[in-house]
Amino acid sequence: MNVGILYSRIRKDEKLLLTELRERDHEITKIDVRKQTFDISEVPTEFADLDIVVDRCLATSRSLYATQFFEAYGIPVVNSHETADICADKVKNSLALEKAGVPTPATKVAFTKETAMEAIEDFGYPCVLKPVVGSWGRLMAKIDSESAAEAILEHKATLGHYEHKVFYIQEFVEKPGRDIRVLAVDGEPIAAMVRSSDHWITNAAKGAETDVFDLDDEALDLVEKASDAVGGGLLGVDLMETSDSYTVHEVNHTVEFKALDEAVETDVAGTVVDWLEAKAEAADPDLEVTA
Amino acid sequence: MTECVECGAEVSLHDDLEVGEIIDCTTCGAELEVVDTEPPVLEQAPELEEDWGE
Repeated sequence: MNVGILYSRIRKDEKLLLTELRERDHEITKIDVRKQTFDISEVPTEFADLDIVVDRCLATSRSLYATQFFEAYGIPVVNSHETADICADKVKNSLALEKAGVPTPATKVAFTKETAMEAIEDFGYPCVLKPVVGSWGRLMAKIDSESAAEAILEHKATLGHYEHKVFYIQEFVEKPGRDIRVLAVDGEPIAAMVRSSDHWITNAAKGAETDVFDLDDEALDLVEKASDAVGGGLLGVDLMETSDSYTVHEVNHTVEFKALDEAVETDVAGTVVDWLEAKAEAADPDLEVTA
Repeated sequence: MTECVECGAEVSLHDDLEVGEIIDCTTCGAELEVVDTEPPVLEQAPELEEDWGE
């Protein structure tokens, strides 16, 4: 099959995928989104033979538009625009999880400093303020006091892009110094790991230590529901352990898996490519997915 | 080997170099993007943007 890799930076994650695809003799079309233009009516000639496109855009804004174009061109793209649209925005992500009955941290959204302050006071201290768009634990604030809340809200309202004036406020979950990252395809886990840190932010991108994690039946069920809630695809589902269960705080749509690949025995890239082959074949039953 | 576009120091490159990959200059710390592999050509990598992530 001919696989389009939509990218702007080749990370170790993309190299793992490229290596696996090449070992299986698949054709690869690397598409640097920075060099591409997308016509609303004409399919660019370089896309004509693509069987499937994998969105690995580093920039969320580009991912959201590019996935729409591939769908308009009738080229299967993973993840879908629907999934990208929900996962790229923490408000949409939280609403989708809540609607699907997936336990997720209590969250409020406010549009002014005054109403944001009311929401913060309702939660009490500490609580958490997150940007609606962003990743890798950046610009997240654990608010410990009224004076800190006032300062952070003032800074966001004054200095920020308009999206920073959408205040996303969340309860602080007392997790046991770690959270859980599950890499899943259409709700079926490939592998899972815990990310541990002394810091309240436990992202691998922030230097958290990782270790393999065995999912119990409850976690398996939540991963499947969370995936369905955002439209499925190749996803990173993040869970925190609570006293008696789990809470799903977000689902990531251009998921990085290099840290997971190092933490677990599973052939992560191989399993992802198995899934890609199945997706491409489902989209075109006449397709020869093996070279 | 090729030259860092920031400080001019020699940058060693691994065998499976990929266009779009980022290489760190061990001398000045600059992030360099591979824009060609045959022969290797490096440019300054773009600065981190706010909407980057996973």
